[in-house]
Amino acid sequence: MGAGHAHPLHLDRPSPVHRLAPEVKIAATLLFTIVVVATPREEFWAFGGYAVLLAVVAAVARVPGNWLLKRASIELPLVLLAIALPFAGHGERVTWLGMSLSVDGLYGAWNIFAKGTLGVVASLLLAASTTMRDLILGLDRLRCPAVFTQIATFMLRYLDILADDARRMRVARLSRGYDPRFLWQVKAFAVSVGSLFLRAYERGERVYLAMVSRGYDGRLPRAGRDKATPRQWVQSAALPVAAAAIAVMAS
Amino acid sequence: MSLSIKDLTFAYPDGSVALRGVNLEVGDGDRVALLGPNGAGKTTLVLHLNGVLHGGAGTVEVGGLRVEARDRARLAEIRRRVGIVFQDPDDQLFMPTVAEDVAFGPANLGMRGAELQARVDEALEAVGMAAHRDQVPHHLSFGQRRRVAVATVLAMRPELLVLDEPSSNLDPASRRELAEILERLPVTVLMVTHDLPYAMQLCPRSVILDGGLIVADGPTPQILADETLLHAHRLELPYGFHPVRP
Repeated sequence: MGAGHAHPLHLDRPSPVHRLAPEVKIAATLLFTIVVVATPREEFWAFGGYAVLLAVVAAVARVPGNWLLKRASIELPLVLLAIALPFAGHGERVTWLGMSLSVDGLYGAWNIFAKGTLGVVASLLLAASTTMRDLILGLDRLRCPAVFTQIATFMLRYLDILADDARRMRVARLSRGYDPRFLWQVKAFAVSVGSLFLRAYERGERVYLAMVSRGYDGRLPRAGRDKATPRQWVQSAALPVAAAAIAVMAS
Repeated sequence: MSLSIKDLTFAYPDGSVALRGVNLEVGDGDRVALLGPNGAGKTTLVLHLNGVLHGGAGTVEVGGLRVEARDRARLAEIRRRVGIVFQDPDDQLFMPTVAEDVAFGPANLGMRGAELQARVDEALEAVGMAAHRDQVPHHLSFGQRRRVAVATVLAMRPELLVLDEPSSNLDPASRRELAEILERLPVTVLMVTHDLPYAMQLCPRSVILDGGLIVADGPTPQILADETLLHAHRLELPYGFHPVRP
């Protein structure tokens, strides 16, 4: 699919998952997550089944396990919260290694940890196999309101340019002996942020003029890249359907 | 006549007068340089050519069609006929990939599918950027981005190509490559520039705009040889450059 617009979470691999149209991947990830969240927390082996499903997807997409683990660390704050639950929980308690733990809290912690991890890993797999551009394209085809996809499109194009502007301004500040060590020196930085905003605003106006000059009338033309085939929909449906099957068997 | 401007005046809402009665005619297939110092009204004039700015007195005609800001259908046709290449290619290239950006203009004209793709290929071919069609504009060099910006406008098959400072910020090789591309294009060109040697190279005729008026109009070598005229309007030849007399 589209070259470029890799983001830090994207892993460029020639895999069948990478080749799927973005809209089917987004839909599959969303449905899978819904099934996971809807599964009662006591169904331990169902969660094991989900994990196996994700492992299969990761293998097919050629995403290494440690790559996923490293990036899944974004979930850590949530896990810390989950660890506190068994200590703080009420109701029936069990003693384990001399610690008194709440049974309800243990279930709660497990619930957050299992569902959170599965959700994060599923999202990471989506991100790893889809470029930013394709994600936006997929959302657009899934009838996400055009305002959101257009804003995302512009952000995608101009974020790098803004970052370059900011970098140049920083270098220019440093070159003139700016060395912020004290709070009152933050003023130059704050002023730079303000002028960066003004620059972005003015650029917005110039971009609009250039667009109007090429006949823009308020609607962006839809990108006409290959849409998902029924076959792709069926292929990607395998993940949420398998998850749903596990959920039904478990309950 | 490709472009005909009669008694065009314009003042910005804050009261500053930018154009004070501009008269200019450009024939089919001509290449004309529009010279003038900063603040002379060059950009204001350019934005009148496709009706982005309007409201003052006077008329602008492109290929015999008068620019009427209120007539939307006509304005769309005017914007097809007049292709403006803006100074900063990052303003012009706003889509995520080169091909999508070049497709933007013709898609606004209602083109779809294979026809649209053919247009995109043709325009990218004309500026020698066909190999970069799926690239991200951010990853291109400045000179390449400027060429793509020209392609985005060529894709609409304009009758009049307006270039705002086409040589600014280009390294010498990119500057020459762009000149070679522009020389080959079979369209009428109005080139806004301070780069007098570039005007000399590409445009047989030059006009000087200063203070909202056309103050000189003639063959480029003659205009550039008139040192008094140039100095009066804050234009200067680069050190060591001498225009060849006709």
